[in-house]
Amino acid sequence: MFDLTEKTVLVTGASGGIGAEIAKTLHARGAVVGLSGTRKEALDALAVTLGDRVHVLPCNLGSAEDVEQLIPAATEAMGGIDILVNNAGLTRDGLILRMKDEDWDQVIAVNLSAAFRLCRAVAKPMMKKRAGRIINITSIVGHTGNPGQANYCASKGGMTAMSKSLAQELASRGITVNCVAPGFIETAMTDKLSDDQKAKLNAGIPAGRMGTPEDIAAAVVFLASDESAYITGQTLHVNGGMAMI
Amino acid sequence: MSDVAERVKKIVVEHLGVEESKVTENASFIDDLGADSLDTVELVMAFEEEFGVEIPDDAAEKILTVKDAIEFIEKNSK
Repeated sequence: MFDLTEKTVLVTGASGGIGAEIAKTLHARGAVVGLSGTRKEALDALAVTLGDRVHVLPCNLGSAEDVEQLIPAATEAMGGIDILVNNAGLTRDGLILRMKDEDWDQVIAVNLSAAFRLCRAVAKPMMKKRAGRIINITSIVGHTGNPGQANYCASKGGMTAMSKSLAQELASRGITVNCVAPGFIETAMTDKLSDDQKAKLNAGIPAGRMGTPEDIAAAVVFLASDESAYITGQTLHVNGGMAMI
Repeated sequence: MSDVAERVKKIVVEHLGVEESKVTENASFIDDLGADSLDTVELVMAFEEEFGVEIPDDAAEKILTVKDAIEFIEKNSK
């Protein structure tokens, strides 16, 4: 079950906590993994720990031109892309009254527009192959909203709706498009919270704890596998029960 | 029948899984041959590959019948 031997995977945002864990877990299942991200050093370090079956493909997803190059580069390096994981995302938080155009534009560009361009670029070869997996990492706040994150929530909600549309377009060609929506996950970002803040957060989570990158990666492996062939257009919420939707 | 016509029809037969006799020059991919919109995109991709031509989106939209495809390719392939 969930064997990914010889499958080729491209993971964006692989230098981040969740992205790195997704890459590691897919790799452990036998996949050939393409690591993309902006921080080349972090990607190189991850590649060293993974050993073989790894390709480092740095890319600035804020640049449309860079994004256009990524799929051809990954295809050349790995011989194809069976699974695309759009994990890269950034935040530029602020209340709407203070949110600058550039904060809005940058978040939409990286989180949503880059994902769109990457999906578009892999769709053609996947259609030809009559197989493919696209997994978009969204967020619980794309469904619930969150004060101070209008841009981020819009990008993730947009990604969710885009995924449903692509799922309908591509289902007849053996391609599934799904989302994994993390709740609160332990990362460098949440490490900064005080114990008091963490306790308050955990009180709102039925599981009583924050999620881990491993929890997210496990959901990605499932959706990447042949076994999930009949699941498309869905969001798998990985949030310890903090929202049941 | 020209060589291009033969090859176009062969692609259509293979791709849409229809009987060769149905693939007449005036047959519409969608109305007569049961293609969906994604099939038409794939047919265009297959024509591009077979004939080494680039079929831009605005031209692709006008390729609705077997004849349209043959004419475009005859005009634009080397």
